[in-house]
Amino acid sequence: MNEPSASDPNWHCPVPTDGSTDRVLLAHGEGGLLMRRLVAERILARLGEAAAVTLDDAARLPVLSGQPVITTDSFVVSPLFFPGGDIGKLAVWGTVNDLVVAGARPLWLTLALIIEEGLEFATLDRVLESVREAARGAGVRVVAGDTKVVPRGACDGLFINTTGLGELLDPAPAGPATLQVGDEVIVSGAIARHGIAVLAARESLLLDPMPVSDCASLVEAFVALREHGVIYRAARDATRGGVAAVLHEWAQASGLTLEIDEAQVPVGHDVRGVCELLGLDPLHVACEGTFVLTVPAGQTGHALAALRTAGVSQGARAIGRVVQRGIAPVTVRRALGRHQPLDEPLGAMLPRIC
Amino acid sequence: MKHLDEFRDPELARRLSDEIRRVATRRWTIMEVCGGQTHGLLRHGIDAELAEQVEFIHGPGCPVCVTPVEAIDFACELATRPRVLVTSFGDMLRVPGSRGSLAQTSAHGGAVRAVYSPLDAVELARQAPDRQVVFLAVGFETTAPATALAVLQAAKLGLTNFSLLAAHVRVQPAMELLLAQPDQRVHAFLAAGHVVTVMGCETYESLVARFHLPVVVTGFEPLDLLDGILACVRQLERGEARVENCYARSARSTGNQFAQDLIAQVYAPTTGPWRGLGDVPDGRLELRAEFASFDARRRFPRLQVVTAECGDCRAGEILTGRLKPIDCPAFGVRCRPESPLGAPMVSSEGACAAYFRYGSSRHASHR
Repeated sequence: MNEPSASDPNWHCPVPTDGSTDRVLLAHGEGGLLMRRLVAERILARLGEAAAVTLDDAARLPVLSGQPVITTDSFVVSPLFFPGGDIGKLAVWGTVNDLVVAGARPLWLTLALIIEEGLEFATLDRVLESVREAARGAGVRVVAGDTKVVPRGACDGLFINTTGLGELLDPAPAGPATLQVGDEVIVSGAIARHGIAVLAARESLLLDPMPVSDCASLVEAFVALREHGVIYRAARDATRGGVAAVLHEWAQASGLTLEIDEAQVPVGHDVRGVCELLGLDPLHVACEGTFVLTVPAGQTGHALAALRTAGVSQGARAIGRVVQRGIAPVTVRRALGRHQPLDEPLGAMLPRIC
Repeated sequence: MKHLDEFRDPELARRLSDEIRRVATRRWTIMEVCGGQTHGLLRHGIDAELAEQVEFIHGPGCPVCVTPVEAIDFACELATRPRVLVTSFGDMLRVPGSRGSLAQTSAHGGAVRAVYSPLDAVELARQAPDRQVVFLAVGFETTAPATALAVLQAAKLGLTNFSLLAAHVRVQPAMELLLAQPDQRVHAFLAAGHVVTVMGCETYESLVARFHLPVVVTGFEPLDLLDGILACVRQLERGEARVENCYARSARSTGNQFAQDLIAQVYAPTTGPWRGLGDVPDGRLELRAEFASFDARRRFPRLQVVTAECGDCRAGEILTGRLKPIDCPAFGVRCRPESPLGAPMVSSEGACAAYFRYGSSRHASHR
């Protein structure tokens, strides 16, 4: 077959040079006019004051007063929108929260979009507006970015990577290796909400009410801790693997056992119902705006009072304590009062069949 | 929460435990039939609490565990064929066949998808007419009505691209097979409350008449389990043997007639293999002749021949109660949830998985 030539009257340019399309085309990722317009007129316009981007190859940032702290995370959630959040909020808050729990003040973000050919601009706009709102709420600015468009099927609608840069605040948390016997374990609110909300949305589980993700910025909660002078040894947002994964990591880092009371762990009725139905342990299910904290013995009341001044951690509860290494790295006191081992989450959330 | 907190009340649980200790004059051997009950017993430490009064033998009631290797191998083979999608419940995807699991097949390019309902598989078939959708149907009489409904729905829609790889099993024939073994030690059964909800308590009258031992219909929450155990111990101490319903909030004497009718309309009992147990007379369900066109075994010619089980796995002895999971040489060493040798280590209902998850205090040396 002959290649089409420009003189062939049946030949049409596959690229609409005026950009009049309601969807992202491969051409939008290939440099040139379409890409420039996508970045300038759509992405930066939607990000508004949340972006401080120069369109140069690299961004120069002011000198920090504290030790720099950096983290990166990629977001591939399906569906892109779910009750309580969307990929845009996740991409900002997920990275911001990683900085915050590490004891840093989050300052800047990079934003890399990997877009599947055919994604509707309306969808992209919604995500970008969500990024803007989330960044504004968390007090961070997007200072660099990248856009790639991949052929249909090479990604699932939209993937986002964000890298976050912040500065360490003084005093910095000492970390989980310094846990002591007698320390107390606090969780900032009802657990397992994000995992169940996304699962229900993805699988179209017809639940009433539909579970809502806890997707949120943790900035306010950690400002409250600092303002109240709460000293904590370790903090982690309980994302993939849920609270159980955090507890196992800390048990490994400290060589001690973390012991929790199931009855004290806050779990919403809707989430608990779904977990029972599907045979999932809420302690294994992901959160996105809920974190675990350990404080020295005697500090619990003070820490809870501070946390409850912030909206995101109003439901904070003490759920357990650090003890000498016992029968297992993490134990949970179940309903009948016996301490039983809590296993480390293995991987995918598998539904029970009978 | 309704039906959760009430059945986990620590004070009531303590009273029931005390009563069991008071009534029991010796150590009795009770088999809990269902893997969900095994997990309940271990999760809440009931087996340890009553160690002096009751030895629990963990029954074969984990449908994922007893699904034959042959069915998994065939499903894996189908998943690698062009324009074929294999669907099943999530637990099934990680169960090893003789050449790997469905999850591993998926990683090698096979088309595999977990669904939450068999009707989801029918819907996938309806949406993609150019693709054959196979549902690997496992489970006891609890899931069989739903898969029967899926077949009826596919027939109603006139779908020619939906089929079922039926691996359903029937509980009672397996219980009878176990009781007929010369070395059987079971004194009483905790029957699985959800199966009885479908099939009815009456179904066990013939078993009790033949083998003269208590069958107590039992639920899955801590108080359900303790209540069932107490009823077993009371009957045993009095020398009684009858069907007793301790799950009356769900199970009735005649069961769920609608669900039974669905099973009878679509399936017929047949003799076939259970993984670990071998052939169980009338222990399987196969599609009736009028639904043969939905039978994946008829629709797809079989290319590969099944090979043997992993030699190190002692699942057969564990599923028949001859061996405790911790007594298997591979347990916790070569066989772990992330690298299982046999199905009981995979399934959320499997006895080996229960011992691994909740049993550190019982087998510290294995971790």
